[in-house]
Amino acid sequence: MSILVNKDTKVIVQGFTGKEGSFHAEQCLAYGTKIVGGVTPNKGGQVHLGQPVFNTVSEAVQATGATVSMIFVPPAFVADAVMEAADAGIELAVVITEGAPVRDMQAAKSYATKHNMKTIGPNCPGIITAEECKIGIMPGMIFKKGNVGLISKSGTLTYEGANQVCREGFGISTAVGIGGDPIIGLSYKQLLPLFEADPETHAIVMIGEIGGDLEIQAAKFIKEHITKPVVAFIAGQTAPAGKRMGHAGAIVSGGAGTAKEKMEALEAAGVRVVVSPAEIGKAIAEVLGK
Amino acid sequence: MNIHEYQAKQIFAKYGVPTPRGIVANTPDQAVRNASELGGKIWVVKAQIHAGGRGLGGGVKLARSLEEVGQFASEILGMTLVTHQTGPEGKLVQKVYIEEGADIKDELYLGVVLDRAKEMPVIMASTEGGMEIETVAHNNPEKIIKIAVDPAIGFQGFHGRELVFGLGITDPVEQKKFISFASKLYKLYMENDAEMIEINPLIKTGTGDFLALDGKMGFDDSALGRHPDIEDMRDISEEDADEREASRYGLSYISLDGEIGCMVNGAGLAMGTMDTINYMGGTPANFLDVGGKANAETVAKGFEIILKNPKVKAIFVNIFGGIVRCDRIANGILEATKMVNVHVPVIVRLDGTNAVEAAEILRNANIPNVIAADDLADGAAKAVAAAKGE
Repeated sequence: MSILVNKDTKVIVQGFTGKEGSFHAEQCLAYGTKIVGGVTPNKGGQVHLGQPVFNTVSEAVQATGATVSMIFVPPAFVADAVMEAADAGIELAVVITEGAPVRDMQAAKSYATKHNMKTIGPNCPGIITAEECKIGIMPGMIFKKGNVGLISKSGTLTYEGANQVCREGFGISTAVGIGGDPIIGLSYKQLLPLFEADPETHAIVMIGEIGGDLEIQAAKFIKEHITKPVVAFIAGQTAPAGKRMGHAGAIVSGGAGTAKEKMEALEAAGVRVVVSPAEIGKAIAEVLGK
Repeated sequence: MNIHEYQAKQIFAKYGVPTPRGIVANTPDQAVRNASELGGKIWVVKAQIHAGGRGLGGGVKLARSLEEVGQFASEILGMTLVTHQTGPEGKLVQKVYIEEGADIKDELYLGVVLDRAKEMPVIMASTEGGMEIETVAHNNPEKIIKIAVDPAIGFQGFHGRELVFGLGITDPVEQKKFISFASKLYKLYMENDAEMIEINPLIKTGTGDFLALDGKMGFDDSALGRHPDIEDMRDISEEDADEREASRYGLSYISLDGEIGCMVNGAGLAMGTMDTINYMGGTPANFLDVGGKANAETVAKGFEIILKNPKVKAIFVNIFGGIVRCDRIANGILEATKMVNVHVPVIVRLDGTNAVEAAEILRNANIPNVIAADDLADGAAKAVAAAKGE
């Protein structure tokens, strides 16, 4: 078991034949992900990486039965690609691209929600169910199969966290990089109940950062609904206020969205909060009783 | 990206949002010419910097004669203005805005920002104009009206009614004027991909007109590509030179106060590295995300920028190699140390794909001030010790 994706998930790639799309689609295929085709306008009918290319998402869905789309199109075209996927009946869009305008994502997410399509990202490493299905740009080999679910706003902290969990002798069920933009698709609050319901997930690692209040919402949700142990780290305790720390959404504005308030809220919800990402692995070992 | 008050007011004017008339000046002579062109008997001389609190810092002055305009302009131009938003180092004033005096009856606040929780723009209004909105939010939150506008429907009549009734504007003519003001402001927020607009104060004049006495705007950097006119308003003298240089090489850099330079891949891990250094008793000198392509050139550039800061006593290179293999990054780091004279200890932690080979490469190179670390905790501990001269 796992959440959202597994070895049978059929995936198409939007922006399939581009440089980034090609490189990462090939890596995903090598990992074992069932990539069944891709979309690049005006390249329909071609074969790329051994898979069929379509002009539109709608054609690709009809021909392949894909339910998930991995999106690599340039930033200015992200909203269009997300809305096209939603319109074509895709169930989950995983948006890797960084730098999509906020206004575009606002419209695209609102449209996706109307069509019951889930979105992961943008500006994220993607989602991986260990040893089954990798949809994104993460290095597959560090995710050994196991019973820890992981949700993170940051790409490299996802790898750092997963790596420590595996070094402690545990492994990952599914890891989701939710992205560091001001408006993102699935967040902690939507993913936590999926991990709670997954019998193979025994503990959850939650990695957040400064900016916005998604972690605060998560804390409230954990307090009321999550029974599995949660380990959390919030990046940016030492970040200056008013400065954007790399991610478009990582900014403390008007004194709100600090690491401190998020850590306190999570602690109050019974979460094991670590002050350094170097302690994630040890904390998981503790809560899982090794 | 942020712009100056005078530039924000140019955008306001384009959309019919009323402002007092004004002209920007670079010299005291020009300031006087502008004032006489504007006419009238009272002018305001306003320092143009990207920070609030200018009045308290002495950057806004009321002139009652052309002589005073010239005098105040020469005092303000070239001064280093310190406000609560500039930091103690302040900001050099290079432009002043000369504006006609206004007849102020009431001071209000009006702004538009993205509400991240609601995922839509929210219009904020308050009767407590002229005060820091954060202070009002803290002390009198009930005095701030927040109205979220779903872009799918845009600014509707009911949004306007909620604003005017919330602000206690009862005269029907004034209501109409205020609603028109707010709806234009929302429109220009959306059409220009603004991230934030703040008018503080927005004034009501003796004749019941509403004017934007101040204007502050910030924009979504990711959308600047489709707004060349706004990109043209960029004032590079307002930006940190090192941050700007770093961005030209695809590096994201922010300088801090501490002693340990950090070079990390990924924004989250970069913040996590700073936090870990702090936790272990050290102080981070900067945030630096080298991005997904940590190679010899970007690493060398990173060293160069970090070492410009004389406070730096050690550098912690913390890379989690994913798709980019660690052995290649290790070679890149070695090459970079040949390109840049790195005179402080460099602690290198490479983890992820091919980390074992990478450690081997670093060991064999045997460069005296390059110290290999096993993991994040080990690296941070070694960096803190090195900075303390241990």
